[in-house]
Amino acid sequence: MVTERKELIRLRNVSKFYEMGNSVVKALNEVNLKVYEGEFVAIMGPSGSGKSTAMNLVGSLDVPTHGSVFLDEIDISTLGESELAQIRGKKIGFIFQSFNLIANLTTIENVMLPMMFQGTGIDKRRKKAEELLKLVDLGNRGEHYPGELSGGQRQRVAIARSLANDPEVILADEPTGNLDTKTGAIVMEFLEKMNREGKTIIIVTHDPDLAEKYADVVYWLKDGILEKVTKREGKRFVDVTKKVKKAVKGNGVK
Amino acid sequence: MKDYFDLSVKNLRHRGIRSWLTLLGIFIGVMAVVSLISLGNGLQAAVGAQFGISSTEIITVQAGGLSSAGPPGTGVNNKLTRDDAEAIGRIASVDVAIPRILASGKIEYNDKVSFGMVGSVPDGEERKVVYDTIEVEADSGRMLKDGDVGKVVLGWNFYKDDSIFGKEVVVGKTVLIQDRKFEVVGIMGKKGSFMVDGLVLMNDDDVIDLFDYGDDVDLIVAKVKDKSLMDRAKEDIEKLMRQRRDVDVGKEDFSVSTPDAMLDTVNNILGGIQAFIIIIASISILVGAVGIVNTMTTSVLERRKEIGVMKAIGAKNSQIFMQFLIESGLLGLAGGFIGVVLGVLIGIGGILAINNWIGAEVALSIDFVLVGGALVGSFLIGAVAGIVPAMNAANQNPVEALRG
Repeated sequence: MVTERKELIRLRNVSKFYEMGNSVVKALNEVNLKVYEGEFVAIMGPSGSGKSTAMNLVGSLDVPTHGSVFLDEIDISTLGESELAQIRGKKIGFIFQSFNLIANLTTIENVMLPMMFQGTGIDKRRKKAEELLKLVDLGNRGEHYPGELSGGQRQRVAIARSLANDPEVILADEPTGNLDTKTGAIVMEFLEKMNREGKTIIIVTHDPDLAEKYADVVYWLKDGILEKVTKREGKRFVDVTKKVKKAVKGNGVK
Repeated sequence: MKDYFDLSVKNLRHRGIRSWLTLLGIFIGVMAVVSLISLGNGLQAAVGAQFGISSTEIITVQAGGLSSAGPPGTGVNNKLTRDDAEAIGRIASVDVAIPRILASGKIEYNDKVSFGMVGSVPDGEERKVVYDTIEVEADSGRMLKDGDVGKVVLGWNFYKDDSIFGKEVVVGKTVLIQDRKFEVVGIMGKKGSFMVDGLVLMNDDDVIDLFDYGDDVDLIVAKVKDKSLMDRAKEDIEKLMRQRRDVDVGKEDFSVSTPDAMLDTVNNILGGIQAFIIIIASISILVGAVGIVNTMTTSVLERRKEIGVMKAIGAKNSQIFMQFLIESGLLGLAGGFIGVVLGVLIGIGGILAINNWIGAEVALSIDFVLVGGALVGSFLIGAVAGIVPAMNAANQNPVEALRG
């Protein structure tokens, strides 16, 4: 039944090496990953596990040293910088641990920004941004600057921004990392709600509880290696590492 | 495109004072250029007016070579004579040649002494030519006429400027010139030239008698028959005078000047000053541009994370480049704008000062081409200065930039 769904992202035997002086750091080593439409996926690992590198690759911010990353069946390593930016802006909505709103822009301008880069007209941008701010319960904060908002509010603005171009995937890097438990939970509930409405969500986290609480599939990374993949089956998570490997390689000929 | 301007304006609004200080160079440079050019026309007109350069078909002959040309009538041994004037008057292209005397004399009124120039006015038809040449009319009283003896007409300054004698001189009063009494019959209207406004006009016979001039004259004013004959007449006069004074070409101990030539001289001097100031202004603008490069480079470093975020949310390199380029251009424009405003104000103030101080009447005008050009120019300078920093920003690796 897994193969019936639309595939959005596939990492096939992906490695990312960094040169640090004379030595080579293997941030990711032969990692396979596959994300289907509508899934809630967590990439889990302690610091240094390579999860940030994985996020950069999944988010097409970076290209792998070896292996291939497919976004919507397109091998991103074949794309130039501009096409990559374009595709990223259209298909992926980023949420960062430290919110990363542009301080000089108001809330609504922040939400409008991704649409500007896609060439959307100003009126349409404003209208859509207003809708999105309402969606995250910040309809009345459009003219505030990020500095005037609380952390939880800022992260909700970031969620609104991530949705600006109707992306297929929301990629959240430690979305609750800078928030207290309560506001973190509110942010996660928004993500969960969006997932129920059909959005694909990928969160990157070091917190196994968070991963297993919200995600359907969890990729466990350790020292740059994919340790295991677990999938929610009823109330428990079962190991599906081999299945994923097979799925990735099975239709991986491109 | 408008989006990038909006975004840039928003970013610039939050810039610290440091960014604005780097604009001083642009601002000073643009101010210098704008005020200079605004003043330039005024200065030219003012200086031209000061030396009584008229647009009429007049050629002035003075003794003394160009190199030794001092104020009329000073330190010249081989003076011009009335015969010279007569000879010049016989040249075909010359309508009439008028011998004139400009003598420096002591003037007393209200028990105060001053020194001024006394200019002679000939009788007959030539009188009108002289009045036309210096373009004056009586403001009060009348101009001199044939047969006036012991009478003078004074320049505007004697009437207006009571610091000369402690009180203004009006028509009907008597002044002492070289210890002889003269009745003031008229005051000339304001001319805006210290030479004319400080002049005392006196009939030829009185001047010759008072200053004991004999046949000598200080200058010969030749009216040319037609404006198109100016160059021809100038050459003819030079040739004639070389013969009469027995000098070779290039060793003339006299000078023949046309209004055009005098205007050229004035323009040359002003041009030199302008070139100098423009060089200074260019250096200033260059310094300003380097300041913009500096502040933009810093800005790119400071905003690496922001650049990373913009790239993550879909900004292409070209879009980042545009944004920083426009921001840089707007920085330049801001400097230029302040410079233009102050430059125009200085220009206006300067012209008002010239008008007030020396009595010239240069029209106030704002050169919108200049203003527009300065604004566009400063935007372009800013943008050019921003090219490298903007490329820097655009080429940031998104992953590294996001790390901050």
